[in-house]
Amino acid sequence: MTTQAMTAGRAPMPGMKVYNLKLGMWIFLLSEVMFFTGLIGSYVILRFAHPEQFAEPGQVLNINLTAFNTFLLICSSVTMVKAYAAIQQGDQQGLKNWLLATIVIGASFVGVQVYEYIALAGEGFVPIAEAYHAVGRHMPHDGPAIGGQLYGSTFYTMTGFHGTHVSIGVLCLCFTYWRAAKGAYTADSLGGVEIMGLYWHFVDLVWIILFTIVYLI
Amino acid sequence: MSTGETHKPPPYMLVWVGLFVLTIMEVFYATLSSIPKIWLAIGLMAMAFLKAYWVAIYYMHLKWEPKRLWLLVSVPIPLIMILIFVVHNEIF
Repeated sequence: MTTQAMTAGRAPMPGMKVYNLKLGMWIFLLSEVMFFTGLIGSYVILRFAHPEQFAEPGQVLNINLTAFNTFLLICSSVTMVKAYAAIQQGDQQGLKNWLLATIVIGASFVGVQVYEYIALAGEGFVPIAEAYHAVGRHMPHDGPAIGGQLYGSTFYTMTGFHGTHVSIGVLCLCFTYWRAAKGAYTADSLGGVEIMGLYWHFVDLVWIILFTIVYLI
Repeated sequence: MSTGETHKPPPYMLVWVGLFVLTIMEVFYATLSSIPKIWLAIGLMAMAFLKAYWVAIYYMHLKWEPKRLWLLVSVPIPLIMILIFVVHNEIF
């Protein structure tokens, strides 16, 4: 399959050998790399500078629940790439089925994250300085607080921005599914599915790093 | 993908199994209290970067992209190095 065919006649970026839509997505993703690096860098500075403000892994955050959520996102990546592989073979039904699976799993990830936020807030782990009183998991509510307000602020900022990206991704997946249902994609015109996949895999990739830095270290 | 070259179908399911196994290993490794904190962090980051590399190479199809896109993708790396250097100076 040639680039020309995949993009229904749109010329690739001169010299890049990549069609424009895809090049645009890659440039957008590179800006996202810098965005998340800035967030993670700030977290690392704050954590080293104020270790007393942060808790040990598993003290406050539920690692098992988040590991399950990581598994969900990994599964959604494979369903997304299966959708792409299906339309490469011209399999319209396969494309729709795998896209639907990706939507369901992606929405489940967001749902689990919302559940996690509610549970954490119930335990006093909030991003508001005055209200922060995280006592840790399975501990009495009137116990001493673990960590400090920086922990809550950085945690919700990083995971919140990532969750927003996943939510936007789910909406974009719904749009892609709607277009797929109308037969907009074929083996010769699958650029939309490919760039949707690039975004979705990037979101997965960022979570892999965030999960390690925020939950495990 | 974009260059129109033909290649073997990527091992999507094998990569998925690898990602799953590494995630379990990470969670288990993080609970080992006998390992010094620094080695714990290095090991966990190594596993995380390996997983991220697999996603980029196989799921984002970077393996089959033209070299010029690789160059473009590598642009943030020096910027990240600068950021890490600045962060390092800020901490120590």
